[in-house]
Formats: sequence, structure tokens, C-alpha cells
Amino acid sequence: MEIGLGNYLSVAAIIFTLGIFGIFLNKKNVIIILMSIELMLLAVNINLVAFSAFLGDLVGQVFALFVLTVAAAEAAVGLAILVVYFRNRGDIDVENINLMKG
Amino acid sequence: MLYQTIVLLPAIGALAAGLFGKWLGPRGSGIVTCTLMVLTALLSFIAFYQVAVAGNVPEQAVIFFTWFDVGALEADWAIRVDTLTVVMFVVVNTVSSMVHIYSVGYMSHDPYRPRFFALLSMFTFAMLMLVTADNFLQLFFGWEGVGLASYLLIGFWYKKPSANAAAIKAFIVNRVGDFGFALGIMAIFFVFGSVDFDTVFAMAPSMAGREFEFLGQQFDILTTICLLLFMGAMGKSAQFLLHTWLPDAMEGPTPVSALIHAATMVTAGVFLVCRCSYLFEYAPGALAVVAVVGAVTAFATATMALVQYDIKRVIAYSTCSQLGYMFFAAGVGAYDAAMFHLFTHAFFKALLFLGAGSVIHGLGDEQDMRKMGGLAKQLPWTAGLMIIGTLAITGVGIPYTIVGFAGFVSKDVIIETAYEAATAPGLFAFWMGLTAVAMTSFYSWRVIFMTFFGKSRAGQQALEQAHESPAVMMIPLIILALGAVFAGAAFHSFFVGAGQEHFWQEALLFVGDEHAVAGMADGPALPRWVVWGPFAMMLVGLVWSYHWYIRRPDIPQRIADNNGILYRFLLNKWYFDEIYDFLFVEPTKKLGHFLWKQGDGWLIDGFGPDGVATSVLATTRRIVKVQTGYVYHYAFVMLIGIALFVTYYYVRSVGAF
Repeated sequence: MEIGLGNYLSVAAIIFTLGIFGIFLNKKNVIIILMSIELMLLAVNINLVAFSAFLGDLVGQVFALFVLTVAAAEAAVGLAILVVYFRNRGDIDVENINLMKG
Repeated sequence: MLYQTIVLLPAIGALAAGLFGKWLGPRGSGIVTCTLMVLTALLSFIAFYQVAVAGNVPEQAVIFFTWFDVGALEADWAIRVDTLTVVMFVVVNTVSSMVHIYSVGYMSHDPYRPRFFALLSMFTFAMLMLVTADNFLQLFFGWEGVGLASYLLIGFWYKKPSANAAAIKAFIVNRVGDFGFALGIMAIFFVFGSVDFDTVFAMAPSMAGREFEFLGQQFDILTTICLLLFMGAMGKSAQFLLHTWLPDAMEGPTPVSALIHAATMVTAGVFLVCRCSYLFEYAPGALAVVAVVGAVTAFATATMALVQYDIKRVIAYSTCSQLGYMFFAAGVGAYDAAMFHLFTHAFFKALLFLGAGSVIHGLGDEQDMRKMGGLAKQLPWTAGLMIIGTLAITGVGIPYTIVGFAGFVSKDVIIETAYEAATAPGLFAFWMGLTAVAMTSFYSWRVIFMTFFGKSRAGQQALEQAHESPAVMMIPLIILALGAVFAGAAFHSFFVGAGQEHFWQEALLFVGDEHAVAGMADGPALPRWVVWGPFAMMLVGLVWSYHWYIRRPDIPQRIADNNGILYRFLLNKWYFDEIYDFLFVEPTKKLGHFLWKQGDGWLIDGFGPDGVATSVLATTRRIVKVQTGYVYHYAFVMLIGIALFVTYYYVRSVGAF
């Protein structure tokens, strides 16, 4: 079986959806949310690389590298925020992070 | 300058005592206002001499400045001086200055004297503005000014709930009259295009008999205007149906009752009718109404006075009754006689009131005549002066001459003129007036007998403390007593006698012959019994009173104990207060309660401010639930948004659907 663009896109879509559900069905752990965001970014990267290879345009791969960088930075900042948040509030349960509740 | 000074001196006194009362002190403010008022009174006599006796009527009104100049409406602050004005000058300023001086003694225990003197002087100023007005607007200003002063002075002891209630009652009953008065002024402006006296009076003859249509009915223009003006006069002068406020107004300090509610303000209605004689003369229908209302008042309020026990209330009803005389005199066209009675009445009624005040003061604020009696020994001067006042009001004198007390001369002229008018309202007024003479005599002597003679019903302690009033109170009484004795005989020829044409000049208007002969009422043309009638009735009242209250005091006692229908009817003042309470006060209260609870509370608040606030709150309470505060909810919303956008643009670009 030839593995074509559609397969890559399907995988990316599945991973992206997993990321989304990781965010919304998770009531407990903030770190899982961060990981889910990473998953979604990865799904996007797969798309970019797949299109890049398929269309023979390197820009997509360059863009994927950028995304990786940004994702790393984002993870670092996110974890740092979590650390500070934990120091202030004593826990990082998602259910308790609701200061913006109206 | 003379007239300006007369008008403005009381205003200066009022401002001085009102604004700098704290600085002047109670004693100082009394001295300042008294000095200014005595000065004003003396100047008034000069003005009276110049205008009325020497005949130097100023051609033009003195104009201070223009008050209103809006379109066709033009009104000035002005001083119009003619005989009518100077007569009122003398009446108002004499009584006012006497009352000012008297108040120094009467109010000596009151710490708020600066306010009292300021209000008295303010009243005087407003009254002078009223009588010097040369247009209806300024007249209305003075009219409301004296009403305000009256309100403030009735409620002077504002800590007494009854005084507050009486003040409000006086003000509201006067509003009823002023409603008509204001309508009358508007009608005058509408019809004549001016509120200036000269303009209006000059045009009045051409308006006589003209009619206007209202609701499909034809009404005489001048009659309507005059009736509306008279409605105002009825309120201010406490005429029948609108008289209920005057007896209650006795809650105020006695000097106030003497000045405002006996001698001056309540006569403003009579003054108004006389001032507008140029209109009333062309409205015979309105004049008939004036005569009938005056006659009914003279009779009805005299009956109410028969059985009252409050010394001041008796005199108050007596005032209503005497005002009734003045009105029916004006109603039969004898404005001169009305003004004459106004003039003499001011002296003896102020005397009676201040005398009553002296009794009240001497007994330590006791007003109930059932707790007096035999006081002639303790208060000899007061008793003597009160008797002079009573002789004057009951009309003691020698018929066919002008020898007699002030009330005799003026009242007999009125009664005889009413008979002479020979019209239906005139004869009605004649009989009512004649009956009222007997009642006047009865209740006036009843006051004297119950207060000063017979066995004392006062407590031992009250009797021992009873004291004659100080000189500062007695001197005004003596001066007023001089007026009560001589004012009638001395001024008879000016007001209604041979010299009246020279005296009144252009101030009053008489159309037709039958009115102009008021002065000749004592002439031979009248039947003998008409001339002797008032005198006989006066004697009847005196003897009746003497019999009941001196010789057989058990008779009135028994009548009171029996509590018959007539007695109760009179004691409750014809049940006027109850009827008004039932007809107007209660329904108004209920309507007010309904509008408050249902109209304002339920309808306006419910659907207005409160309703909007409630619905906004309810909406936001629901909207606020959207803000859960969970990050992933916001993220989810963003995602759905993006999904929707993408879907939308995709579908549009592909062109599916």
C-alpha cells in the first residue's frame, strides 16, 4: 500500500483531536494540558512536513523547525508559570484554577 | 419719595431683624422694627392728608423698574397712590405699628423674637405692595406675600402640632381661592391684553355685556372675570365656604391674629373688590353674588360665634362676620361704605384681639372663657378697653346722628345702604345683616361678661397670678381705643358723608344713582324702623347676653348640658370641618395613598427604575454563569469559533450549498 499525503494528514488530524480532547476531558492536571498543547503543535508539524515533502517546497520544513522552537519555549514558560503558581496557591489542580469565574 | 419711604421702611425692618437678628438680639430687633414702623405710620398719616384731604393725587404711579416685559405682558414694580391706597396705608401701618409695640411686651418670654419681628415687618411690606400695586401681577405678588407671612406666623410656634396643622390649613384653603384669583388675572390678560389697572379699567365699559362661549354655553366676560377675582377675595377674606381656616389661624400668637387675621390681611379681599370697582360695576351678576355671599357669611359665622368658648375663636368668627358686612356693602355697590367699615373695623377688632391677648397674657396662656370670669378686678385697664372695643363693634350710638362709636357709624351706613339698594340681594343682605347685629351684640357681650364679670371660674392659683399687662402693651391698646371711639364720627364725612366726592376722587367707581347716596343713608327717605333697627337689635343682643350670663348663668349652662341639636350644630361650626374632611380631605388622602402605592410604587417604580434594575440584574446573573473561570472552557470556545470560521470560509470558497 502506497503511503500518500492523505495518510499523513489523517494521522495529524487524529493527533490534533487527541490533543483537543486531552485539554477538555482533563479536569485534574495542568501538566497534561501542556502536553496536549504539544501534541497539537506536533500534529501541525506533521502537516507542514507532509505538505513540504509532497509539494517539494522547503519552506514548510523551515516553518516546522520554527514551530518546534516556539513549542520548546512555550513549554519552558508554561512550566515556569506553573512553578510560580504552585508556590502561590499550593496546588495546580485545574479545578481550582478559576480565579476568573464571574 | 414719601410713598417709596412708606413702602420700603418695613422691608428694611424685616431684612434687619431677619438677617441680623442674631446680632441685634431679641430686644434690639424689637426696637429697630418698632421704630421703623412708627415712622411709617406717621408718614402714612401725612400721605393720607396729602392725597385724601388736600386732594393731591399723584398723576402717575411711581415706577421702580419693569418687572415683566414678555411679549404683550408688561408689568412694573410701581406705587399707585390714590385714596384707596392711603386709606389702606393708614389702616395697615397704624395697626401694624401698634402690634409691633404690643409684641415687645406680649412676646417678651419668647427667645425667637427676631424672627417674629422680621415676619411681622415682612408681612407689612407685602401688604403695602398689595395695596400700592398698579397692576394685577404686583397685586398678586403682595397677595401671596401676605399669605406666606400669614402661614409662617400662624406656625410661629412650630413645635405645636396644632399650630402647624392650622398654618397648612390656612395656606391650602387660600390656594383654593387663589386658584380662582390667578385664573381671573389670566382671563383679564387674555381679554384686555394687559394687566395694568389703568388700561383694564379704561377698557371695562366697552367689554360690558360681551359674551364668550365655553362648552357650548354663553358666559358674560366681565361677570366671569369678577367672579374669579371674587373667589380669591373669598379665600383671603375667609368668606362663607372658605372661612374654615380663619378660626384655626388663632393658633398663632395673638398679635398676629390682631394684625393679620383681623385688621389687615383678611380685608385684602374687600380691598380687591373695591379696587376693581371699575370692573364689578359692569358686572351686576357678580355684584349680586358678592352681596349674597357677604350676607350669608355675616349671618352664618355670627351664629358660630354664639357658642364658642375660646376667647380668640369668638373674635375670629366675629371677624368673618364683619368681613361679610363689608362684602355685602360692596355687593350693593357701596364700596365707600365697605371701605369705611374696613377702616373702623381695623381699630376696634385689633383692640379686641390685643385686649384678649392681654387677658391671655395675664392669665398665663389661658384662652378658655369657662376658666375666666370676674377678672375686672385683676385687669381693670384691659377690661375697660375691651368694653370700649365691644361698644364699638356692637354699634352703640345715637340713630339719626353720627354720634357714636366707630362701629355704629360704619355698620349702620352699610345696613341702611343695603335696604336702600332695594334689590333682592340687597334686601336679603339687609335682613341677614340686621339679624347678625343682634348676634354680634350677644356674642361680644358674652365675651365681656364671661371674662370680666360674674363669679370667677379660674383656679385660685391662676387668679393670684393674674396681672395687668405692662405699659408697652397697654399704650397700643389705648391708641387703638381712641380709634375705636372716634374713627367713625371723625371720618364719616370723608368716607360716606358730604365730603366723599372730594375724598374718593377717581379711586372708586359708582355707576347709577342708587349707590352714590350711601352717605345720605340717614336721610329722611328711609323708614324709621330701618334706621332704628340696628340699634334695637343691638339692645336685644345686649339684654339677652346680660340676662344669660350675668343674671341667670344657669340658663346657658343648662342648654349646654342638654346638648340639643342646634347647640351641637353651632358648637361644631355647622359641621363644616367634618363635611370638608369627608368631601375633600379624606378622598384626597385616599387618592394620594393610591397614587403613592399603586401609581408610583407599583407602576412607575415597578416598570421604571426598579423594573429595569431588576431585569438587568437577572440577565447579568445568567450571563455571568458563562464565565466559569476554567481556562479550558475559554480555549474550547475559541476552538469552536475557529472551527466555525474555517467551516464558513471553506464552504463559501468551495461554493457548495
